Amino acid sequence: METLEFRFASPPAGTAADPALCGVVGSGNLEILIRAGDDPAACQLSIKTSARGFGQVWQAVLGDFAAGHAAGGTQVAINDMGATPAVVTLRLAQALTEYRGGAQ
Amino acid sequence: MSLNDILTALFPAGHAVAVDRQVLTGTAETAGGTVAVLGTTDAAAIDHRMALALASFVLDTVDQHPGRPLVFLVDTSGQALSRGQELLCLNGSLAHLARCVDLARRQGHPSIALVTANAVSGGFLSFGLMADQAYALADAQVRVMDLRAMARVTKIAHERLVELAGTSPIFAPGADSYVRMGGIAAIWPAPSAELLAGALADAAAARAAGDRRQADGLARGGRQLAAGIAGAVRNSPAGA
Amino acid sequence: MNAPLARRSWFEATARARIAGLLDAGSFSEWLPPAAAQPSPHLAQLELPGAFDDGVVIGYGKLEKKPIFVIAQEGQFMGGAVGEIHGAKIVGTLRRAAVEKPAAVLFLIDSGGVRLHEANAGLIAISEIMRAVLDARAAGVPVIALVGGSCGAFGGMGIVAKLCSAILISEEGRLALSGPEVIETVMGVEEFDAKDRALVWRVTGGKHRYLMGDCAALVDDDLAAFRTGAADFLVAWQEPAPSPALLRAAQQSLENRLAAYGELRDGLDVWAALGITDPAAVPLLERDELVALKEGLPT
Repeated sequence: METLEFRFASPPAGTAADPALCGVVGSGNLEILIRAGDDPAACQLSIKTSARGFGQVWQAVLGDFAAGHAAGGTQVAINDMGATPAVVTLRLAQALTEYRGGAQ
Repeated sequence: MSLNDILTALFPAGHAVAVDRQVLTGTAETAGGTVAVLGTTDAAAIDHRMALALASFVLDTVDQHPGRPLVFLVDTSGQALSRGQELLCLNGSLAHLARCVDLARRQGHPSIALVTANAVSGGFLSFGLMADQAYALADAQVRVMDLRAMARVTKIAHERLVELAGTSPIFAPGADSYVRMGGIAAIWPAPSAELLAGALADAAAARAAGDRRQADGLARGGRQLAAGIAGAVRNSPAGA
Repeated sequence: MNAPLARRSWFEATARARIAGLLDAGSFSEWLPPAAAQPSPHLAQLELPGAFDDGVVIGYGKLEKKPIFVIAQEGQFMGGAVGEIHGAKIVGTLRRAAVEKPAAVLFLIDSGGVRLHEANAGLIAISEIMRAVLDARAAGVPVIALVGGSCGAFGGMGIVAKLCSAILISEEGRLALSGPEVIETVMGVEEFDAKDRALVWRVTGGKHRYLMGDCAALVDDDLAAFRTGAADFLVAWQEPAPSPALLRAAQQSLENRLAAYGELRDGLDVWAALGITDPAAVPLLERDELVALKEGLPT
């Protein structure tokens, strides 16, 4: 298992909200817990993943996410069991939407 | 140690225990009076017939001998592996046996289990672990699964499991682990009437206190989380 | 004519989605929620990422306005298997139920049994769960098992399911003790061909268990069907006090069954012996047809 930590600048998500959970830790899947963080202009992410050696892929995927979404002021914890970048991106978006309080 | 030697050591005042195809039932004399003795022998693989025979004996004891202590002697390799057994819902017969032991507890019968040789998985769950207190002889094998099979199923290297098993009772096979985790009260260097008398006295107290195994696991350092979590659930905010 | 509501599969749903479909809208509150929890250190020590809820969601809510405690295992995480934290959450909920006496505990079982990575903790926890189920029932609280997920109810959780007041099962659900794969590995493919899915369901599946009387109700693989099934069951159910007479009757019934069917090896043979004239058709019947068939059988 590998533990990774990231912090990216990101537009503010809005007022702090209750934690939101998305996904399950199944094979090829991941769970994301998103809650209020301490820096309104940054998204802080902490990942525990079963697959080692993909730090750069996570950096790219999570960096894209933070740049393209208003995720500032959140802290995100991920338990990953080998999800693809596409699944990671999808779940992050779902989790952020739920955190911000609305289904689309 | 043979079953006969174990019975003689536990019940020097005499016993009338019969074995029928690996199921043992009967009575024995102790300083405190007559006790019911029942269980399995020869690493029995528990099937419907055995579970129902044991359950019937428990119910007979409850009907005919109010308050009589139950002494379970456990030697099982686990459940029988058979399509025919699963067809008739083997988990149901094991559950029925567990309910009968639980009924005996509610009706005031103290119970103790002694693992004489093997205690594995489902076989152990259905009666041994349902007793008020469980004990094991020093060379007893108590486990869910051996480490080689566990390595195959979990896909974790056998060497790694062996290494961790040295320090972690969480999955390491052996009666010692179960004592540290609170599942077994103590290991007996040898069966004896004195140890049995002490166990029966403790069982009566244990029955009043309810299931204390989480607290025991915490006190002995083997299960450091369970008691706190169950307690946290109890103390979580109330329903609407 | 109104279009029927779209079916939402119980089998495909996560534990959280099942709870949402089962209880009155918005009524669920979770105990020990993910944000307040840590994954299992035992899994971390084995280099495996855990789950914040350790694979089981517990809490309280309402079913048709009645107060309900819920335990929902997540079959997609570690096969729904029971580890130290997972087991303690379940035990805590059942013990609380014995004291607070909700209208019922709904136990959404989706589990292969003991989590091997925490084998001893899992085995002892299941033993504690067994006693806690019986204590809750003895306190007058029905504990209803709902079985219909990908893991079914196997191993120690198969025993727990049969200790519950009743089991509601779907055709997709399975209920047994040893997994067919284990039986095949140890006893050979002749004993049990685990790849023969039709056979697996004829031996361990919901329709067979329902026809044999091991499950109280057969429901469609649909969140709404489980909700209706649970609500209807609770209206009619009185939790009996544990008694020698009750267990003696169960003993007799089990002995009779063993005597009658002990030599059989396939659900088809049992169904024929029950008086079903076309056993081969059973796997093809819709839920309502099968229920009508069972209700028409000689007792």
